[in-house]
Amino acid sequence: MMISRAERSANYVILLAFAAFALFPLGSILAAALGPESASVAREGGGPHWENFATAWTQGQFGRYMTTSIAVSVLVVSVALVCSIMAGYAFGTMRFRGEQALFYLFLLGIMVPTEAIIVPLYFDLRTLGLTNTIWGVALPQIAQSIAFGTYWMRAYFKSSNVSIMEAARLDGAGTHRILWQVLVPIGRPALTTLVLLTFMWTWNEFLIPLVMSPSGSVRTAPLGLAFFQGQHVQGTTLLAAAAVLVALPVVIVYLFLQRHFVKGLIEGAVRE
Amino acid sequence: MASSPARPADPTVRPGAVSRPAPPARRRAVAPLRRRLTPYGFLLPGFLLYAAFMLVPIARAVQLSLYEWDGLTVGTYVGLDNFATVVTDPRLREAFVHALVLIFFYSVLPLLIGLLLAAVLNRGKVRGLPFFRTVIFLPQVVAMVVVAVAWRQIYAPDGSLNSGLRAIGLGSLARPWLGDYTFSLPAVGFVGTWVSMGLVTVLLLAGMSRIPVELFEAARLDGAGAVREFLAITLPAIRGEITVALTLTIIAALKTFDLVYVTTGGGPGTSTTVPSYEVYRRAFQLGEVGAAAAVGITLTIVIFGINLVVNKVGDRSTT
Repeated sequence: MMISRAERSANYVILLAFAAFALFPLGSILAAALGPESASVAREGGGPHWENFATAWTQGQFGRYMTTSIAVSVLVVSVALVCSIMAGYAFGTMRFRGEQALFYLFLLGIMVPTEAIIVPLYFDLRTLGLTNTIWGVALPQIAQSIAFGTYWMRAYFKSSNVSIMEAARLDGAGTHRILWQVLVPIGRPALTTLVLLTFMWTWNEFLIPLVMSPSGSVRTAPLGLAFFQGQHVQGTTLLAAAAVLVALPVVIVYLFLQRHFVKGLIEGAVRE
Repeated sequence: MASSPARPADPTVRPGAVSRPAPPARRRAVAPLRRRLTPYGFLLPGFLLYAAFMLVPIARAVQLSLYEWDGLTVGTYVGLDNFATVVTDPRLREAFVHALVLIFFYSVLPLLIGLLLAAVLNRGKVRGLPFFRTVIFLPQVVAMVVVAVAWRQIYAPDGSLNSGLRAIGLGSLARPWLGDYTFSLPAVGFVGTWVSMGLVTVLLLAGMSRIPVELFEAARLDGAGAVREFLAITLPAIRGEITVALTLTIIAALKTFDLVYVTTGGGPGTSTTVPSYEVYRRAFQLGEVGAAAAVGITLTIVIFGINLVVNKVGDRSTT
């Protein structure tokens, strides 16, 4: 396609302006994190202050919060993944009574906001003694992730090659064998996307860990950051450093596997 | 025939099955039932967890919304009173109005930005498209708490926004943005614009890249300029993507919680309170559990309603 030189320049100006706009808040928090922590440190001079990360890490107890976040993420991702693969397999490859109704029931969970269920969740899990435990934080997120995961895996199984399944069946493979030894291995891209999205949502989740652990015993990294902010109203440097630490795991994974994030968030958009 | 004489022939056996070696009689009787139950077996683990921690809470939320309960003592049944409160309580009404304002910032503004950026990226053979896509999409993956901390520093009285305004001689406009009764809500909303624009751009770009190049070439031979081309070809072709983009961002706008919790806490006064924040405040700070559940249910109904309208309009304009 031919476009004029003037239009081309204008295009670049627009794109650069918005790229700068997108990067500015993140760049400025990174810059703040590497700046001098106090006036006395500033007088000593020196380049980027990497030690701020270590200081924020210990002062904000991020070692503990990160461990909690990792534990919650591993739990949610693994349990939701196995359940979603199995449920998606049933919806995607089998015919059965009540299939439609059950599928719509799962779709409901994608659309109902956390705000609607958080109130009964807290009071009912408190009765069961699950608040302030990792289960109280993880189980509601497992349920939400199963809703999306089932929808996602159903789409994958529906699109997967029927002749491969037929061939495996003729070779005498049962439904379980076909799923775990044939379809799951060739479905790695779809599974990777699902794992990454579930990980991101779980890592970044705020309302559920906030409500389900009122004592703060199961505080995830984003909550630790909000809590840290409450303590450090003045010092922006350490707060910025802590913010970078909390964002970093997902951002690093995103930079390496961004195709999956973009593809997943776009194709995962429910449109029935 | 393969069927054993003791039982009538199995009606589920297809003609083709006759040629296969007959399995033992006992297995044959069990297999169809087992096969019929197989799908439910695969559904079971996921469904149990999903039902216990999603479906049951939904039902319980509806139940709770009919009671006046402080979370400790015995509740009293009040019928639909809590829903009447949602409509009459000025603070709650305000929260829902704020949510509508946020829709402008989360959905409408990003849609306009996204249309511009996607059109530019799709039309001009721009170098560095992968880099640009990575950058513009980045805000989507950063935890909202981190986003809130970053923007708080920008909006602070001595933050970069105010110092920027002072540097270009507009110091009179400088203000503590998040502490201002008029500007705190737009300030919070603008963060939503920043978060959403990448998702919308990438979505629309995916739609635009599916439009056949010949269409554009034909339009150009007819002498259509960039604007005509955009209105006549691009816009109608990506109607589906626009619908999806609006649906996603409107839901995000209505569910805003972390951002408000970290940046303003609903303040100053009530100027940035939103429905999600009211759910949290009422249930866990004021002990108005029933009212909080009612706000949550109302929010859900609003989300479903808007979804329905957006999708109806999107579908109707197809014809």
